[in-house]
Amino acid sequence: MDDTFKPSRRAFLRGSAAVAAGSVAGAAAATGPDPLITELQDWTSYTGVGVDETPYGMPISFESHVVRRNVEWLTASPISSINFTPIHALEGTITPQGCAFERHHSGAIELAKPDYRLMINGLVDQPLVFTYDDLERFPRENHVYFCECAANTGMEWAGAQLNGVQFTHGMIHNMEYTGVPLRILLNEAGADMSADKWVYVEGADASSNGRSIPMEKALDDVLVAFKANGEALRMEHGYPVRLVVPGWEGNMWVKWLRRIEVTDMAVESREETSKYTDVLEDGTARKWTWEMDAKSVITSPSPQMPIKHGAGPLVISGLAWSGHGKIARVDVSKDGGITWETARLGKQGDTKALTRFYLDMEWDGAPMLLQSRAMDDTGYVQPTKEQLREKRGENSVYHNNCIQTWYVNSQGIAENVEVS
Amino acid sequence: PQIDKRYGLGRAAHPEEIAAWDVDILPDGRGLPEGSGDVWTGEEVYVDYCASCHGDFAEGVDNWPVLAGGFDTLGNKDPVKTVGSYWPYLSTVWDYVHRSMPFGAAGTLTVDETYAIVAYLLYSNDMVDDDFVLSRETFTDVQMHNADGFVVDDRAEAEYAEWRAEPCMENCKDTVEITMRSVFLVETPPEGGSNSV
Repeated sequence: MDDTFKPSRRAFLRGSAAVAAGSVAGAAAATGPDPLITELQDWTSYTGVGVDETPYGMPISFESHVVRRNVEWLTASPISSINFTPIHALEGTITPQGCAFERHHSGAIELAKPDYRLMINGLVDQPLVFTYDDLERFPRENHVYFCECAANTGMEWAGAQLNGVQFTHGMIHNMEYTGVPLRILLNEAGADMSADKWVYVEGADASSNGRSIPMEKALDDVLVAFKANGEALRMEHGYPVRLVVPGWEGNMWVKWLRRIEVTDMAVESREETSKYTDVLEDGTARKWTWEMDAKSVITSPSPQMPIKHGAGPLVISGLAWSGHGKIARVDVSKDGGITWETARLGKQGDTKALTRFYLDMEWDGAPMLLQSRAMDDTGYVQPTKEQLREKRGENSVYHNNCIQTWYVNSQGIAENVEVS
Repeated sequence: PQIDKRYGLGRAAHPEEIAAWDVDILPDGRGLPEGSGDVWTGEEVYVDYCASCHGDFAEGVDNWPVLAGGFDTLGNKDPVKTVGSYWPYLSTVWDYVHRSMPFGAAGTLTVDETYAIVAYLLYSNDMVDDDFVLSRETFTDVQMHNADGFVVDDRAEAEYAEWRAEPCMENCKDTVEITMRSVFLVETPPEGGSNSV
């Protein structure tokens, strides 16, 4: 492969030929009558399965590739580890719960509703214990939010590593949550809600995953959620109750939530000192990097989604999101950032939620360097990896929201690359 | 919904319940229980419960976390972030070990065992002498190497101010070259990569 990306005249001519061939091949490979149409098919003649077959259905077997995947070498143990949402194969914005990524620090625990307790203590008038049934009696709200692991794209800091958008960007899911605003529960206990106070939240699992949240955020939009995408949370996502912390790093979305403590300072727990702190080039580290900045990625074409249909009409599809608010615009480049055109938003996402974008194009069969660049409604523009490295070096681990590049060759195969 | 309305749900938490679950330790040491442990007791307990993953000298086994050493490597190409080289507060070490270790049997260490293990970790990091006894009283004597190594998130000033600008749309650079390709690496699971398509 030529490392310099300049579509030559020869490549252009090759592309034109492919367009011509493509237009013939595109007509349903019609060399004669199609037996799928002219011959009676089994499914048109026999009966299908009855309504009792699957009380709770799974996707059809042909979609068996749309599953969570693990990358074993990333962690020492699958119990404190990560897997990845198959975002290459998904559309729209809502993530099916069954393939939404998992991140545990001591495994996914099984906690039944009758065994569930939530405690509020610390700087409160009256420390309280709630049962699960208590929580369902408070006023509810519904919101769609993305949950992105702070480490999403973290393996890519030093270079192009993993060849698939599921692996480079799949530590994310986006669900419609139902739950009780945290401020209602804090008020129920008579919490000290002054601005210099904190809430420390922890889970019922062995890792506890304790994190400190400033009172301002706790009173703003944090939810104590018990439903996602219409049904109970999945075990691996915190059944029966998890915290939803809109726009903020996934680690703070404490699962199997068991205790909320109002404190006069941050606890500085392991998950906000040793982990989820971001080392800069000079060896100092940022702490409390809570917000997830504006980010986007093209999900198709991508390494797991090559172009198989030849030249002609091509849908570029992708996701954009920002922890600061709504996505205002997404630009797409086909030449590695030399020129950009503004994409079309499929459905404007809610604030701090995934937004789908599309660019419909005619592909001439020439190689492309595809990029997407998100802008949010604060005016923040998604940076390049170079810009990020200039500010932070290569050892931040977390918060890599750089522009991703896919090299698409003339066969339609896509590859994870870095460009100058 | 009204924030100032109370619904009368839930019940008062008993002191025993709060004591059972509220075990976190603040950076200033608040929350530490009465008890103590010395370095040599800590070594014995550590070898029994911790060394199979973290190594006899807290150096780490296989991919398991390294707990000692790595001083002054944080600005290097490959920083070694340990309790000694990176963690800013001793409270976090005590809190995390007591609550969430050993991995797979969390919550089983006694208060004295925890003090002893933490004392041994400090010794492994050359932060205390071998006659050191850790307790609520001596807790504040320990100086953490990287206590001043952290700044509160400053992206708003350092990054956002610069990156909230109308971006380039045309002729943004002269040429583009591919500088790195992931297919030269082997780490992507084959069933998910382009090779299997």
